[in-house]
Amino acid sequence: MARISLTVDGVTYTDDVAPRTLLAYYLRDQLGKVGTVIGCDTTNCGACTVLMTDADGVPRSVKSCAVLAVQADGRGVTTIEGLAPDGDMHPMQRAFHEQHALQCGFCTPGMIMSAVDLVADNPDPTEDEVREGLEGNLCRCTGYQNIVRAVVAAAAEMRGAGAAPSTAEAPAKPAPEPAEVAS
Amino acid sequence: MTAVAEPEIGRARLRKEDARLITGRTRWTENIALPGMLHMAILRSAHAHARISRVDVSAAAAAPNVVTAFSGSDVAETQGTLACAWPVTEDIVMPTYPPLAVTEVRHVGEPVAVVVARDRASALDALELIDIDYEPLPVVRDMEAALGEGSPLVHADAGTNKSYTWIFDSAQAGSGGDVAAAAQEAEVTIKQRYVQQRLIPSSLEPRSVIVDPTSGDWTIYSATQIPHILRFLLAATTGTPEHKINVVAPDVGGGFGGKLAVTPEEWIAFAAANRVGRPVKYTESRSETMVSAHHGRDVIQDITLYAKRDGTVTGLDVKLTANMGAYLGLVTPGVPILGAFMYNAIYKFPAYRFECTGVFTNTTKTDAYRGAGRPEATYAIERTMDELAAELGLDPIEVRRRNWIKHEEFPFTTVATLTYDSGNYEAATDKAMSLLGYAELRAEQEARRAADDRVQLGIGISTYTEMCGLAPSRVLGALRYGAGGWENASVRMLPTGKVEVVTGTSPHGQGHVTAWSQIVADRLGVPFEDVEVRHGDTRIAHKGLDTYGSRSLTVGGIALVQACDRVVEKARTVAAHLLECSTDDLEFADGTFRVRGTPDAAKTMGDCALAVFAAHNLPDGVEATLDADATFDPQTFSFPHGTHLCAADVDRETGEVHIRRYVCVDDVGRVINPMIVEGQVHGGVAQGIAQALFEEAVYDADGNLLTGSFVDYTIPSAVDLPTIESDRTETPATSNPLGVKGVGEAGTIASTPAVVNAIVDALRPYGVRDVPMPCTPERVWRAIRSASSQEVTS
Repeated sequence: MARISLTVDGVTYTDDVAPRTLLAYYLRDQLGKVGTVIGCDTTNCGACTVLMTDADGVPRSVKSCAVLAVQADGRGVTTIEGLAPDGDMHPMQRAFHEQHALQCGFCTPGMIMSAVDLVADNPDPTEDEVREGLEGNLCRCTGYQNIVRAVVAAAAEMRGAGAAPSTAEAPAKPAPEPAEVAS
Repeated sequence: MTAVAEPEIGRARLRKEDARLITGRTRWTENIALPGMLHMAILRSAHAHARISRVDVSAAAAAPNVVTAFSGSDVAETQGTLACAWPVTEDIVMPTYPPLAVTEVRHVGEPVAVVVARDRASALDALELIDIDYEPLPVVRDMEAALGEGSPLVHADAGTNKSYTWIFDSAQAGSGGDVAAAAQEAEVTIKQRYVQQRLIPSSLEPRSVIVDPTSGDWTIYSATQIPHILRFLLAATTGTPEHKINVVAPDVGGGFGGKLAVTPEEWIAFAAANRVGRPVKYTESRSETMVSAHHGRDVIQDITLYAKRDGTVTGLDVKLTANMGAYLGLVTPGVPILGAFMYNAIYKFPAYRFECTGVFTNTTKTDAYRGAGRPEATYAIERTMDELAAELGLDPIEVRRRNWIKHEEFPFTTVATLTYDSGNYEAATDKAMSLLGYAELRAEQEARRAADDRVQLGIGISTYTEMCGLAPSRVLGALRYGAGGWENASVRMLPTGKVEVVTGTSPHGQGHVTAWSQIVADRLGVPFEDVEVRHGDTRIAHKGLDTYGSRSLTVGGIALVQACDRVVEKARTVAAHLLECSTDDLEFADGTFRVRGTPDAAKTMGDCALAVFAAHNLPDGVEATLDADATFDPQTFSFPHGTHLCAADVDRETGEVHIRRYVCVDDVGRVINPMIVEGQVHGGVAQGIAQALFEEAVYDADGNLLTGSFVDYTIPSAVDLPTIESDRTETPATSNPLGVKGVGEAGTIASTPAVVNAIVDALRPYGVRDVPMPCTPERVWRAIRSASSQEVTS
């Protein structure tokens, strides 16, 4: 066993872990942070993405199934559960809701964490840049289109550029209304 | 008096489901931990076909933290067989399907032995200690080889690899003419062979199950689409009393047909939990999903289309060879049969014959995958209509126009015996062509062809319909399916005026909670926020047939409407009593009963609910409840339709395909929530494009799955997919009171042929008539090379 000490979503933990334990399993099984999910075993799907501080203390997105728990020793980890204070939502979470960027929601925690990192690197991404930036996160439900819209919208809000007010209804789509046709 | 509320139906309501999903407060099966819970791991066959001569689990059983280990022979007496619910013919070969292999394994990944331990890692470690002797047997992987003389047999005792042959002939059915006669009189004959490659459904959440045998009952949590069917079949196949089993489908992370199954793993977990008397959890790894969860498609289609030179189709002959895999899953044999009624698609073909032969091979079983039979049918006919157009030198849209059912001809009974209730193919096609700028792109295509550009433009067309909303129970019975197709809903009026709705559908991403709330809000006149929808727990939702086949709204939604209407009628009696008038004097709007002519005399639904709760002053003989339930069995299927157009650039030197525009106009009837509908279209189209361009499950000659992870089985990422330009026409269904049609599978059904038609259209001047799916750059390049070398040699 190896002893590690780290901060996860603002709480400091010190634990003994088997050296082979992946961060994803440490978060889920030992800390009960089950908001972070595991969708594959080859680091392709990105569902387990969290933010972890690098050596300079800068939070970076990592696939927590590709990081050993011991590598997180001394680092700060933010999961989907700690992205916003309880009862509140990060602009990225809100944008995913408002743009209907999720269906089953399984990829969503990882997708949101990757998107937060993407916008930190590039505060004003184009749709193509969002697509490139999220290449490591797979979604099977949405076809990605609304995810891309959500990330662009959240980036705008995070820049403070004309944030749309939160509503209970999806923003109007530019496409024309469906025509009534005789049957 | 309250202001007249805006109707909820038709509003792009944001989803009630989202809050927990975007904050990680979710309840996936794998997130659930029960007191005393143990973890199960499964050892799977590394052979595609072998006799098991010896299994020794003793070292595994003695390993640290291991509570028990067992193999197929330990449960051989009790495990029976997994059920196939769709024996499509009387003489179908339906082999025993043991959850744990006992004497023989028939595909790589088949469960052989089990370890149950204190934690997952210990269980996985102990698998290494299981000792098995296999005697390899000959493997048959190829369907056509499997039907050949002297082929190795997947099930030796069956004496054949053929499971069944199912035939439909319009001449025999009396719904049309004789295809043989059409063949003789044909002016044009188009013969095509298409291969629907094997696909893997790949919901992002792997399958997971917990069986809790404590407290005298069995509670089963499962990442399933079908909690009710699982409960029924587990009772039926294990002899466990059904009323002692409760199945819960908590948050379920996508299905696409992949979780429309009663799995060996669910049965094994049930056996393991009974063995140890403690809750047992099993969550598969993605690699296990790929090799053991059922696959989809894998059908060879031989299509012959007969026509006159004016483009009128006179007959269609379809012969399918469908790969069942090694065993028959829940609906495996029925999947291609669901397509049988769709090869004639939106067209007025006068003669039609369909024949499908199901074949066993040493591969993972196939079963439902989004669209199930209908994408295959739509692909074949829409590809073939393009070939007919090319043969006759007509625009592919013109050929379709000359054959499709005109909007004034509905309701229309097809050559495949279905009666389409409504549709307007002209309107959807016109709208799609205008959105795409069809004429302009054809002009550009002409110019690029003339210039012999390296990158050629193709325009692909798919004018689809499909049959969904599964399904009228009588029709299912006539097709030999083992269950019905009804759906149930119940509505409980709580004394505070809030509404609790219970639905027998089992959503796993579709947004039923939101859409059902909109329906109830309109029907009962209560606020959207005051409605809660419960589902996916057989102790709460006692009756239901779950979610698949785009059935939830068109069947479950109608049950919900009927239940709401019954609640209103009960409340009307109470309101009339309270207002001291006759029920005939009351009008109901916006959740309030008002006395005609005396609008101030009014009682809300909430007033009635409270009056019933107190029950101090009810009319004689009136029960103290407004609650009601309803079971709805549809009289017909649902027939959404639409036109999808794909403009693709194809690089003749690299074979690369770039989808430049993707336009779709879908007609799904009345729309409850346009935002959710658009999302379903996006996701459906993405999966159809994925079949056209990216995905294929590949086996080697020894029956090893070469695409056993997301490294090799390439589901598209965001960079791989285009922006989808989606729009709608709205031709209400006349077969249900909401006017709704299904939407879950439509995009997948429509999009695959649109993309491949675009690729072939781009390359047609260079002699290419087909590209096998998935149309990877290599395949496209080879198709170009092979066409040009044929031109040189001929």
